[in-house]
Amino acid sequence: MTLRKLLIALVSLSLATTCSDAKAEKITVKGSDTMVITAQKWAEVYQKENSKTSIQVTGGGSGVGIASLINGTTDIADASRPIKKSEIDSARANGVYPFEVKSALDGLAVVVNRSNPVKELTVKVTAGIFTGALNNWKELGGPDHEIVRYCRESSSGTYVFFKEDIMKNKDYAADCQTLQGTAAIAEAVAKDPYGVGYGGIAYFEGRSDLKILPISPEKGKPAINPMKPGGKGVNYEVIYDRSYPISRYLYLYLARKPSGEIKDYVDWITGPQGQKIVEETGYIPLPGVLPPPAKPGN
Amino acid sequence: MDKGIPLDNSLAHGRTPVVRLRASEGLSARRRRQVLLDWLAEKYFAAAGGLAILFILLIFIFLAREGLQAFRTIDPMRFIGAMTENVITEQPEFTTTWQPVSEVPKYSLLPLMMGSALIAIPATLFSGLVGLACGIFLSEIASRRLREIVKPGMELMAGIPTVIIGFFILVSVASLVQDLFHTTRRLNAFVGALGVSVVIIPTIATLVEDAMRAIPREIREGAYALGATRWETIRRVLIPSSMSGIAAALILGMGRALGETMIVLMVTGNAAVLTFNLFKSVRTMTATLAAELGEVAQGSEQYHALFLVGLVLFVFTFFLNMAAEIVISRMRRRLRL
Amino acid sequence: MTRFPSNTRSRKIAGAFYEGLCAGVALLTLAALAWLLAGIARGGWGTISWEFLTQPPDNGMTAGGVFPAIFGTVALTLLMIFLALPLGVSAAIYLTEYAGPGIAARVIRAAVNNLAGVPSIVFGLFGLGFFVLFIGRGLDAFLGEKLLFGQPAMLWAAATLAILVLPVIIVSTEEALHAVPASQREAAYAMGATKWQVLSRVVIPQARSGILTGAILGVARGAGETAPILFTGCAYYLPRLPIVRIPDTPIWMINPLDQFMQLSYHVFIMSTQSHNPTLVRPIVFGTALVLVTLTFLMNLGAILWRRRYRRMREQARG
Repeated sequence: MTLRKLLIALVSLSLATTCSDAKAEKITVKGSDTMVITAQKWAEVYQKENSKTSIQVTGGGSGVGIASLINGTTDIADASRPIKKSEIDSARANGVYPFEVKSALDGLAVVVNRSNPVKELTVKVTAGIFTGALNNWKELGGPDHEIVRYCRESSSGTYVFFKEDIMKNKDYAADCQTLQGTAAIAEAVAKDPYGVGYGGIAYFEGRSDLKILPISPEKGKPAINPMKPGGKGVNYEVIYDRSYPISRYLYLYLARKPSGEIKDYVDWITGPQGQKIVEETGYIPLPGVLPPPAKPGN
Repeated sequence: MDKGIPLDNSLAHGRTPVVRLRASEGLSARRRRQVLLDWLAEKYFAAAGGLAILFILLIFIFLAREGLQAFRTIDPMRFIGAMTENVITEQPEFTTTWQPVSEVPKYSLLPLMMGSALIAIPATLFSGLVGLACGIFLSEIASRRLREIVKPGMELMAGIPTVIIGFFILVSVASLVQDLFHTTRRLNAFVGALGVSVVIIPTIATLVEDAMRAIPREIREGAYALGATRWETIRRVLIPSSMSGIAAALILGMGRALGETMIVLMVTGNAAVLTFNLFKSVRTMTATLAAELGEVAQGSEQYHALFLVGLVLFVFTFFLNMAAEIVISRMRRRLRL
Repeated sequence: MTRFPSNTRSRKIAGAFYEGLCAGVALLTLAALAWLLAGIARGGWGTISWEFLTQPPDNGMTAGGVFPAIFGTVALTLLMIFLALPLGVSAAIYLTEYAGPGIAARVIRAAVNNLAGVPSIVFGLFGLGFFVLFIGRGLDAFLGEKLLFGQPAMLWAAATLAILVLPVIIVSTEEALHAVPASQREAAYAMGATKWQVLSRVVIPQARSGILTGAILGVARGAGETAPILFTGCAYYLPRLPIVRIPDTPIWMINPLDQFMQLSYHVFIMSTQSHNPTLVRPIVFGTALVLVTLTFLMNLGAILWRRRYRRMREQARG
């Protein structure tokens, strides 16, 4: 009676599991896909140092994270955009008072295929490309071919941030292809000579098949390249002094003022060890936390 | 076993055991216990049998419960289209877009339905042809030995996780197709339909095979006696007589194609545009649900709109499934005559 | 009445051509399947190692293995089949043994067929709306818990998948029950057995291998599904396994109220949302290969087993 044995085993297993205590001490982190790599690395390293704490990281988008914070299903929401007024309202209605912590900085880059002759953009032109006002590369001094736009899902903080900050809240063109992650955009643009996409600089850094376009705040002003000359690493200066027009903070939102284990974790993240990981995963550490990099020759 | 108690035929065919309970007055206590157990067993099994109906109903109720709330805040007209400002001419115009995250959220279902149709219809047509050929091959042409290789192959094909198909198309087939057709968009409805075909070809082939095998031997022999070759028998006799089975296969295949999620999410590009061009990126209802539902706040307007999309999808596939069910049961009844 | 022309030779050639076309299409379809599997195998072969199968992901998911995903998949499908098998088998018993040809059986069969055709993402919606929010939140309110049941968890994902695989199990079990010869039932009845005795001592033991086939097919199906678990419990990354220790004992058990990592979701997330898709592509291929191998072997086993007892039945009938 193998079947009966199997059933008995399963019954005992499930009874045992449902009786057990499910509320183990843990911190749940949910949200921004932009931050998920960093968040996961934070969790990995922190847990190695503090074996008692268990941290669970899930991506899904800033909207997911904040929605979960509101629903009470996560302790920390990662967000690559500031929380919206409407979200604060619905959080309060649920008895949650979001507490904001800036955890890192991120520059957004606009990328095209390596073979694209277009050299730089202004913020206004960038907006025009993604709203659908500009539809041919010819209008930007490129080849006579339609522009193929790659965007993010509406759940991503990048989508919302780009829309609010660059596109002045206009809608994306309907024919934007929506991909699930910034990495997918990098892949797609690398394969598409007429493609254009946007996303965190970290995702595009060091790829020879992509070109990060310098962007000028308005027509007539010099375009700023977010990369250091030669394309080796992000130029922190232009991000810190905000001369590069598309940069943002990456936030952690907590359900309340941090205390106990969560406070330790958040402090660790904003401290030198956490910020070192920020740098390692390709984002920009908060100013003043890390010692300035030693100049060559010193 | 017990001492023999004479059983009438009604016991074997499961008539109401209550009658038996009464008839069993004066039986031994042990027997009475057995009869009671028997009665309980029947009730339990009947309840389990009803579960399938219960689940279908629950699915409908819960989709409707969440989905219909969308109408409380969203004007029904907005599920068709809305007036927006054209970015180039800056003139107001009527657009049909799905843009739930916006100053003025736009909830037109038309591009999503069109996207689903642009995947499901080509996939069904293509898989219909291929599945018909496979079904004919399995039922009429293949030798027993060949059939025993091809048939399990088809079943294994049906068992491949769809996410694997999506991944494989994403990393290799999409580029091949682009090189072949020189399309502007690498991820488009065509590669989506191709991926969905992998899922529904086995379904269609199996159903076509079943329909053809159900045709009595005498009909084939009659055709041969009239001097027809095997192919002529297949084409002029077997295909026409299994037409309802083939139709049911196509309907069911289309239902599967409409419901396929992971493949289309990964390879269609997910642009919500109203287009008839097979080589443009499209966004299906299923992909929209998979991409957006996880992130919205429960109870928000978009949350209800997404459940409404789910409800529409469920109703569509429900009617397709029912249609196939009716066609098949008609066929069965006719063949029994 | 169709009249067949007398030009036999050209008709035979045309027939051979079309028959060849059908055979060619069928074999091409299989070749496409083989190509897909070979592509996955070739891409993933280099990645598979003992470490890959037994280690958790490391270094921001760009290195390490997929053990938590394998564990999550196995735990999830076990829990699923534990929920689905008793229900599915009972429903099938009702359909074959009790219902007869009446209207009830026809409606139930229609419902089962319809359930099999419900899009998998709709199951995901249903799982979220019914299990997580309705049942889960309801339980929390009832028990006075703040948030224990009312969030995505393995239990809800398994329950959602259980409904999805129910038709698979019902259909297989029905076939297995039909295969038990009527003469055996009649012999048992003739000895005075009640219907329940006939079922529990004669019919079900004989249908066992058929039922097991259904269970394996169900597990294979459930292991490969992604859409139904998207909103009901799977996680991108979990630093520990979804297990918990039974209080006051040294025994660890699967924790059905925890979230979990799962192979098919891992393939999806790693191929679309990874930090560096080119770098992690070998990992995705490796994960895909593990998943394909698991489902493939289960399906193959079930198909071969089923073929064996189908043949035995044919022989028994003479």
